[in-house]
Amino acid sequence: MTRKIISVALLVCALVPSFAVGAGDHVKLDRAPVNLNNTESLQRGAALFVNYCLNCHSANYMRYNRLQDIGLSNKEILDNLVFSGGKVGDLMKNTMDAGEAKVWFGAQPPDLTVIARSRASEAGSGADWLYTYLRTFYRDASRPTGWNNTTFPNVGMPHALWELQGEQVLKAGQMQADGYTASVEKPVLAKPGKLSALEYDRAVGDLVNYLVYMGEPAAKSRKTIGLIVMGFLFLLIPLIYALKVNFWKDIH
Amino acid sequence: MAATKKEPVNVNWAGPLNAPLGGLLTWVDQRFPLMSQWKEHLSEYYAPKNFNFWYYFGSLAMVVLVLQIVTGIFLVMHYKPSAAEAFASVEYIMRDVPGGWLIRYMHSTGASAFFIVIYLHMFRGLMYGSYRAPRELIWIFGMVIYLALMAEAFFGYLLPWGQMSFWGAQVIVNLFDALPIIGPDLSTWVRGDFVVSDATLNRFFAFHVIAIPLAILGLVSAHILALHEVGSNNPDGVEIKQNKNAQGIPVDGIPFFPYYVVKDALGVVVFAAVFCAILFFMPEMGGYFLEYNNFIPADPLKTPPHIAPVWYFTPYYSILRATTEDFMWVLRAGVVAYTLLILFTSRGCLSKLVAVMAGPVVLIAMGVIEAKVWGVVLMGVATLIFFLMPWLDKSPVKSIRYKGTLSRWALTIFVIVFLTLGFYGTQPVTVAGTIISQVGTLIYFAFFLLMPWYTQMEQTHPVPDRVTM
Repeated sequence: MTRKIISVALLVCALVPSFAVGAGDHVKLDRAPVNLNNTESLQRGAALFVNYCLNCHSANYMRYNRLQDIGLSNKEILDNLVFSGGKVGDLMKNTMDAGEAKVWFGAQPPDLTVIARSRASEAGSGADWLYTYLRTFYRDASRPTGWNNTTFPNVGMPHALWELQGEQVLKAGQMQADGYTASVEKPVLAKPGKLSALEYDRAVGDLVNYLVYMGEPAAKSRKTIGLIVMGFLFLLIPLIYALKVNFWKDIH
Repeated sequence: MAATKKEPVNVNWAGPLNAPLGGLLTWVDQRFPLMSQWKEHLSEYYAPKNFNFWYYFGSLAMVVLVLQIVTGIFLVMHYKPSAAEAFASVEYIMRDVPGGWLIRYMHSTGASAFFIVIYLHMFRGLMYGSYRAPRELIWIFGMVIYLALMAEAFFGYLLPWGQMSFWGAQVIVNLFDALPIIGPDLSTWVRGDFVVSDATLNRFFAFHVIAIPLAILGLVSAHILALHEVGSNNPDGVEIKQNKNAQGIPVDGIPFFPYYVVKDALGVVVFAAVFCAILFFMPEMGGYFLEYNNFIPADPLKTPPHIAPVWYFTPYYSILRATTEDFMWVLRAGVVAYTLLILFTSRGCLSKLVAVMAGPVVLIAMGVIEAKVWGVVLMGVATLIFFLMPWLDKSPVKSIRYKGTLSRWALTIFVIVFLTLGFYGTQPVTVAGTIISQVGTLIYFAFFLLMPWYTQMEQTHPVPDRVTM
């Protein structure tokens, strides 16, 4: 009987996630190339972050000197990444006035420290969302900033990376999937920027990689320590099992 | 006054230290009931020898409780219970406090682990009739612990001060608003403000770190004292104390120490492996253990489109959401049918009298009070109805092993319904989801309310005299 109940319970557990897939929203997200072991990508991402994001956004919970994690010395961090003349142990704050920001953008730009964690959903990881979002800005004269975004419609943020990507416009096209044809509008490049399309994807990949790192700087050591702990437990389990069997050998 | 006269304690396992250690223990034993307690609760507490997999979860619940208390103490050293600083202080723990991320993940994973362990522990009780006489009080203490645990989890969930913390608390406290007359004042009193605010955070912090843990510790002691008074049940539902040898020791019992101590140690290390796999490699558990929205600081001006409680509350949340105006008609029909069922089939005069009085009162109340209130009531009743188990189960046997087909199916379906309600409670409202939740709600209550009938109707199997291994 117990077995029957367990098997039914397992069956239900197996079925439930398949319902979950159907319930997500239908924005299709591109897979972000996240690799926390790629130090160079993280360093390039950090440079993009302080140059392009930190003007309006903050990373109030992240200290500059934590970037030692990604292979930078305090001197390198101070010389290349701290623009405010602050100390290397400072938090990545930003000096924009919250009230003025609200007037300029309609809302205060969110803090980005844990943005890669908060943007996760059933549709994909937070990294996937950011990677897609930063590549789907297009020109829209009806918006106050002149920019709009297909991943985040009517977003208050202008395209901060436009000089790298260039300008996209919305083009109608056909999309075919599962025997259906639907007309969709998707952003296509109209005026090239400093980077080619491929280079821009890579740059956004680096930036998103950095945002993922910044969301949980301990993630890498978490996994390393986890492996050691699991290794220890897998050695301990057979020993404790042998102890139990030995103590119980006379119980029938 | 002289110390109590007792036999000296003999130590024979410490080699050259036998004599001094024995002396020390004798000294303590003459001033504190050391050896008598040790014997009563460990070395001479006889537990049935046929405990199976499901019996690990009691000791595991204790392990998780200790884990939560110890990690909680360290979190409190760095956490700031203030609306302005709470979110930042959690990120400070995750980044700047050495090892802080480990302590925090142990605590957040531990919260979900606690509920997994407790639900499996309760399921064991349901399966083997561990709530039946003479163990009613063990079950009742256990249920109070479960309610206290839900309160503990609810208060604790506000503390990170993320969007889900804030809006989850807002939704749940607003439930009190629905109560007639006192509702709005009551919810303001609970919050200490007109919205969830710094005042709310501070009092929830007080409840989370002191009031409820203190209550849980006391209740756990009562739970175990009651257990050790009557002795443990077992998968066969056989009372081992009815079959003792010449020394008065149950022939099917083995001392808890060392047998179940080493066996539970095995349970603990296997549990630790599963726990650590989640803690180190998927601490968010796909958004179920740490909700994604909770990485956004609480914003009273921005309501998230979809507010879902953490997974362990979602079966009850589904019941709350299932109670719509339309569903009230089904519930009314259910009340009429149940009253008639008692009137025509019950043998007791008292239950008939109660049914005749209570049935119409509930029906009238259902006409007067709006569905929203009944949702809150049903959600409350859904948690409280477990208390009645010892009196709802009328089967001549305790264990599911010897119960009939009806009981087996009832429990199986109940588990499926509980999981289904739990799943739909995490999802945004849909028409299909609401209908499934409504059907689930009916089955959920039918499992309990029809139990006196189906446990008596069915053919049970003969119970053996001795436990089976």
